[in-house]
Amino acid sequence: MNLGPHADFIVAAYALAAFVIAALTAWVLLDYAAQRRMLGDLEARGVERRSARK
Amino acid sequence: MTLTDLANPTRFLAFVGRVLPWLAAATVIVFAIGLYGAVSAPDDYQQGATVKIMFLHVPSAWLGMIGWGLMSVAALGTLVWRHPLADVTGKAIAPIGAAFTFLCLVTGSLWGRPTWGTYWVWDARLTSVLVLFLLYLGVLALYATAEEPGRGARAAAILSLVGAVNLPIIKFSVDWWNTLHQGESIFRSGGSAIDPSILTPLLIMTAAFTLLFTSLLLAAMRNEILRRRVRTMQMAAVQNLAGAR
Repeated sequence: MNLGPHADFIVAAYALAAFVIAALTAWVLLDYAAQRRMLGDLEARGVERRSARK
Repeated sequence: MTLTDLANPTRFLAFVGRVLPWLAAATVIVFAIGLYGAVSAPDDYQQGATVKIMFLHVPSAWLGMIGWGLMSVAALGTLVWRHPLADVTGKAIAPIGAAFTFLCLVTGSLWGRPTWGTYWVWDARLTSVLVLFLLYLGVLALYATAEEPGRGARAAAILSLVGAVNLPIIKFSVDWWNTLHQGESIFRSGGSAIDPSILTPLLIMTAAFTLLFTSLLLAAMRNEILRRRVRTMQMAAVQNLAGAR
C-alpha cells in the first residue's frame, strides 16, 4: 500500500486513534476490576447495602 | 425486559452483563471490515491517500456531537425527573465524548496540514468543535471538583443543556459562515457528494465507532453504578463503626 508523500500524517492519525481507543478500553476495564475488588472487600467485611438486607 | 425495567440499576447491571460481550464482539468484527475497506479504498483524485484520515475524523466528529446530545437528554432526566441512572449516563458519557472530540480535532489537524497547508485556522467549524471539547472538559471538572456528588451532577446537567446550543452551530457553521472546512458532503439534499467506493467504508467505520462508543458507554455506566454502591457501603461501614463506639 502506497500512502504517498503525506504518509506520516496518515500513520500519525491512525496511531493516535489506536492509542485513544486502547486508553479508553483500558480505563473501563481497570475501573471495573477496581470497583469489583472494593465491593468484594466490603462484602467480605460484612458490610451490606440497605437494599440487600433481608 | 422492558425499557422501564432498565431504569432499575440492578436490572441494568444484569442487562449490561448479558449484552456487553456480544456488543464487544460486534465492534471488533465491524472494525475489521471497516479497516479493510479503509485500506482498500482508492485515493481521492485531489487529496490522494490523505483521504484515509476521513475514516477516523468523520466518525469521531459524529460521536463527539452525539455524545453531547445524549448528555443533554440525560441532563433533563437529572434535573426534571431526578432519576439516578440519568446522572450515571451523563457522567459516563463525558470522558468518552471528550476523547472522541479530541480525536476529531487532532485527526482534522493532521488532515488539514497536507490538504489546506495549515494545522489550524480559527474558522467557525474548527472553533465550534474546539468549544465543544472545552465544554466536555468543563463537565469533567464539575464532576471532579464538586464536594457533594448531587451538586456536581446538577451543575454538570445545567452545563450540558446550555452547551447543547453549540450543536446546531457546529452542524450549520459551514452553511452560515464562509469556512475553510468543506461543506456538508454526506447527508445533504441531492445525495452524498462522496463516491460510493469511499462512502461505503466511511459508513462502515462510522458504524464500528458507534458500536465502540455504545460498548464503552455501557461499561462505564456499569462502573459508575458499582462506584456508587461502594460509596454507599463505605458510608454504611463508617456509620456502623460510629454506632459501635
